[in-house]
Amino acid sequence: MSGIIGEMLSYQFMVRALIVGILVSLCAALLGVSLVLKRFSMIGDGLSHVGFGALALAAALNIAPLALAVPVVVLAAFLLLRINKSSRIKGDAAIALISSSALAVGVIVISVTTGMNADVSSYMFGSILSLSGDDAVLSIVLSVIVLCMFVFLYPRIFAVTFDEDFARATGTKTELYNSVIAVLTAVTVVLGMRMMGALLISSLIVFPALSSMRLCRSFRSVVICSGALAVLCFVLGMTASFAFELPSGASVVAVNIVAFLLFSIAAFIKKR
Amino acid sequence: MAQLCCKNVGFAYGGETVLSGVNFSVNAGDYLCIVGENGSGKSTLMKGILGLKEPSEGEIVFGDGLKANEIGYLPQQTGIQRDFPASVGEVVLSGRISGMGHRLFYSRADREAASENLERMGIEELKDRCYMELSGGQQQRVLLARAMCATKKLLLLDEPVTGLDPNAANEMYNLIKLINLCDKISVIMVTHDVHEAVRYATHILHLGHGQLFFGSVEEYRKSDHVRRLLGGGTL
Repeated sequence: MSGIIGEMLSYQFMVRALIVGILVSLCAALLGVSLVLKRFSMIGDGLSHVGFGALALAAALNIAPLALAVPVVVLAAFLLLRINKSSRIKGDAAIALISSSALAVGVIVISVTTGMNADVSSYMFGSILSLSGDDAVLSIVLSVIVLCMFVFLYPRIFAVTFDEDFARATGTKTELYNSVIAVLTAVTVVLGMRMMGALLISSLIVFPALSSMRLCRSFRSVVICSGALAVLCFVLGMTASFAFELPSGASVVAVNIVAFLLFSIAAFIKKR
Repeated sequence: MAQLCCKNVGFAYGGETVLSGVNFSVNAGDYLCIVGENGSGKSTLMKGILGLKEPSEGEIVFGDGLKANEIGYLPQQTGIQRDFPASVGEVVLSGRISGMGHRLFYSRADREAASENLERMGIEELKDRCYMELSGGQQQRVLLARAMCATKKLLLLDEPVTGLDPNAANEMYNLIKLINLCDKISVIMVTHDVHEAVRYATHILHLGHGQLFFGSVEEYRKSDHVRRLLGGGTL
């Protein structure tokens, strides 16, 4: 085991991927608690498809991928929140609409420019090799900002998640905090999707929160447990992917599924 | 000056007026019950007072040193999800956020106020329990403790005994009256239970898409509206 880890850490791209991955998993898990409880789980999924379109476009236009993807996805997050409020198109339908449109645009752009190739597969399912040095630095900076925002706004995020009407009635700017959560989610999704892939990134948001909610009975314990679980699952998944030459994103998701099952069994036993 | 004054207030949803011509005021220490049938605009008026909905006409004025964000609010149970993992302590503490200003974290004073209110509601031993695992009556006490954390002057209660058994409902009514008398906190309560309203309140506002009656309980007992709402009975 230690031999594998030693070998893994001897590659610079692996070290980079581990650092970025741990930070992004942590961000996704913390925000995920709020998103899952607010019934916004699908937003992460929708945003990752928008991210896919943006990355394809960035590649075609030869711009730095994150420089285009971050603002586009943040914009999409705002749009989804707005649509969620207005009743003409329901939230879930709006997400399906936006995510499939973005996916279609992305696929067309790719096939017109570079053609369907390994790049597309890496966008869809993630690749740790796609992370350049500059990307890594930007990812680390952004995820540290997301983490700080979450920690500093923790009491307010709890209030807005638990009972939005009460928070608004007692003078909390709920619109502002909803927007903050949306922006942080958007940034996290873009950072994570290069590694996890557009189709798999939402698992980082949903799984740790759902697993923790099987066992934990307070918001704080759910948040702490999700964060710890996410980091553990990511490291285990990456190690497994390195040791058995499996796709990295899928391995991380697989470990998360196992954790979810274990937590569910533990909750079942605890109840009896 | 009154703590809260509604001047000719009306509300509309999508251009359709649901309530109009509401005039009343609440002074320090008052206990006002808003009664009326389903769909008479009670909850809409409540949202208006809380600033969750803009009135389409008239204005709602706060006075006597009361600011709009100093109201303690006890919402109807429906708003909160069934599977939310939150401890009682966390829920009650979140009532203090309105007074935090630009502070980021809860202070010692916030924590003390939360424990004090838990104690006052007689639920201090539930502090570490999960909110969702409590009985309906206990949950309402927790939400009342949270509302008390948010105010020193005015409590707004939206159907606070809905879904409670008669015993728990009675305890809840007594607790609210106690807060009103001992802590000198004004109370505005939306209810459809006229009997209890007349028993506990000092003032009654009777709505039916408009204002049918506003005045003291004594005046209300003598009015025709009571009889109409009770289908001919008297109190």
